[in-house]
Amino acid sequence: MVPLSWYLILSGILFSLGVLGFLLKRNIITIFMSIELMLNAVNLSFVAFANYWHTHLPPGQNTIIPLSGQVFVFFVMVVAAAEAAVGLAIIISVYRTRETLNVDRVNLLKL
Amino acid sequence: MTKNLHLWVIPLLPLIGTAINGLLGRRFKNAMVSAVALLFTAASFGWAVWAVWTVWPGSGIALPHIETIATWITAGSFSAPFGFYLDQLSIVMVLVVTGVGFLIHIYSVGYMAHEGGYYRFFAYLNLFMFFMLTLVLANNYLLMFVGWEGVGLASYLLIGFFFLKDSAADAGKKAFIVNRIGDMAFLIGMFLLIQHFGTLDFGGKAGVFAQVSKFAPEAGWGWITITALCLMFGATGKSAQVPLYVWLPDAMEGPTPVSALIHAATMVTAGIYMIARSHAIFNLAPHALQIVAIIVFITAIFAATMGMAQTDIKRVLAYSTVSQLGYMFLACGVAAYSAGIFHLMTHAFFKALLFLGAGSVIHAVGGEQDMRRMGGLWRKIPWTFGVVTIATIAIAGIPPFAGFFSKDEILGAVFHSPYGGPVIWGIGVLTAGLTSFYMFRLLFMTFFGDLKLGSVDIGEEAHAAHAPAQAAHGSASHSHGHADDQSHGHGGVHESPWVMLAPLVVLAALSFVGGWVGVPQFMGGHNEIEHFLAPVMQSGPSVSGEAVSDKDATTSHAGEATPEKSSEEWLLAGTSIVAAFVGLFFAYLLYYKRPELPDRITSKMHGIYMMVLHKYYVDEGYGAIFIKPLLALSTVVLWRGVDQGVIDGLVNGAGAASRGVGHELRQMQSGNIRSYAAWVALGGAAIVAYMIWLGVTR
Repeated sequence: MVPLSWYLILSGILFSLGVLGFLLKRNIITIFMSIELMLNAVNLSFVAFANYWHTHLPPGQNTIIPLSGQVFVFFVMVVAAAEAAVGLAIIISVYRTRETLNVDRVNLLKL
Repeated sequence: MTKNLHLWVIPLLPLIGTAINGLLGRRFKNAMVSAVALLFTAASFGWAVWAVWTVWPGSGIALPHIETIATWITAGSFSAPFGFYLDQLSIVMVLVVTGVGFLIHIYSVGYMAHEGGYYRFFAYLNLFMFFMLTLVLANNYLLMFVGWEGVGLASYLLIGFFFLKDSAADAGKKAFIVNRIGDMAFLIGMFLLIQHFGTLDFGGKAGVFAQVSKFAPEAGWGWITITALCLMFGATGKSAQVPLYVWLPDAMEGPTPVSALIHAATMVTAGIYMIARSHAIFNLAPHALQIVAIIVFITAIFAATMGMAQTDIKRVLAYSTVSQLGYMFLACGVAAYSAGIFHLMTHAFFKALLFLGAGSVIHAVGGEQDMRRMGGLWRKIPWTFGVVTIATIAIAGIPPFAGFFSKDEILGAVFHSPYGGPVIWGIGVLTAGLTSFYMFRLLFMTFFGDLKLGSVDIGEEAHAAHAPAQAAHGSASHSHGHADDQSHGHGGVHESPWVMLAPLVVLAALSFVGGWVGVPQFMGGHNEIEHFLAPVMQSGPSVSGEAVSDKDATTSHAGEATPEKSSEEWLLAGTSIVAAFVGLFFAYLLYYKRPELPDRITSKMHGIYMMVLHKYYVDEGYGAIFIKPLLALSTVVLWRGVDQGVIDGLVNGAGAASRGVGHELRQMQSGNIRSYAAWVALGGAAIVAYMIWLGVTR
């Protein structure tokens, strides 16, 4: 069986990739995809922990509600979908007004 | 408490007058204002007379008569009530304050008639009466201190009455500040009393005097001596003695009735009253008494010499007041308190009369105060001349006028006292001679010779001392002078109206007969005042030193006097009379017979004359020793250093710091989404690092 740590390392790598992509890329679509990557990295660790606690704790001590980790993943997916819908709409609107997808040139929202 | 006299009414009546005139007086006519002021003062006088009549010895009411109205302050076991204390001493004071005060109110009606701020003047005057009566009737030191501070306030307000004039405003401030210095010592004295007795009440079983009488007199410098010295220092501030006398001559900037009421007759005697009231404490502190005697004998001679060189008629009287107050303190210093109070009473009569007479002169000549410009006035203002002459004879100590008896009694006590002795007695007699000299100098310069109004050139160096002040006097201060000029046809010398003369005549009568209550035994009198005050003054313990003088006093006045004793008394009295006549003779010689002589003498003794004229440079000395360093300290350290440096630094620093931090932080909000993200990532990384560190160290 694959140990928990492997899942977590993979999750960490994916999350770091997402962060790096968010920080380094200028294209707003790519940044958006990086966000999805980070969300899914978190989803992975949720599922991994849920499975781990489900199988490794003795029945008496297992007070965790079954499938709670998986349920959270669904929540995250729903939020991510909603975010994607709103975000993409904003991106289209930004592109229509400013004719660019470079975030460095979309910097009016500041003091 | 046998009978309720409602003593609280006596001080309260003038306060009502103040309230009416002060709050509503602006709309009143002058007649209405003076009616209100006079009514309440007269009512207060009447109530006082009634109260005194009721408790007069023989009426069956025990003195001291104590009335407590309400609790004022309670803190732990300490409490200070609103209590009033009537005994022989306060009887004398209350009658003097209300009586002389009422006369001066009447006089003011005429004197202030043409001044602005008429209602303000009478409101202040009544306020003064309220506080002064509180002072003399209080049943504990704290309530006395309220009156004490209050009369200081009234004095400040009235000295600075012509507040548009800088010199008057400055004089008011000076009086107030110098008084504060003395008040601080008074406060410390009260704290010491609280610490040791737990009360500030005068009478009663647990009062200060009852407790203090259980102590033996202190040989050294114990706390009783320190307390007595603190109280004495407070008294020197209020009563204008060395070293705090400097405010009184300047206080003459106030209107003349104020000088008469506050700075001659009543307020300045508060210090003597306080010491006489505290005699039980002073009797236990021989060292303190010794210091009192020394200080005042300096004051008396100091002030008398300064009075000789002054040319401003009111300043002469001011120095004379300082000198006479010195006499009263001298009496306290040799534990002859009743003699001091006796002199206080007679002095109130003749010094008030002198000031009011001087005011009448100033009124007559249209605001002029320089005696060198007066002269020959006796034909033109005969009434004023008459009463001033009576007062001058009284203060010079020529029998049978009032001043002689009280002064002689003090000098006699000084001679016999262990704290006095022939040397201080000699200085006292010399001072009496000087007093007589400068008072007759005033009389001759003002009323005899030729009228020199405006014709004498007084631009000599002699004038440097207070030229600015006098210039201001001449022009700005006495606006009534100008008013008079207009209404009386350009400065014609004229007698004052009757409303001013009537009080003068009453006071002149008192100055004449006022001393007869104290005719000493050896002259065939009964010395009523001493017997009257005796119960108060003997309530304290008699201690070795005082016992001697007390016994001396009482035996020699009690008819057991041996022939030698009696002849000695005659000799002492004769000496002071001779001194008075010598002073009179010299004044006559120098200022009537040979008026050119003074100039020759002053030019010969230029150095000494200048020193006396500049008041021994005391003001300048205080300026250099205390005021300049204090100003420098305030400016450099407190203002520039503490205020501007530390306090402003803290406030401005806080502002600058937040601005700076804000300026730096604002750089973070660049609008660049990736730098925001970097901060978020950094923050997340920091949290993760912290958690890991926690896990590792666990």
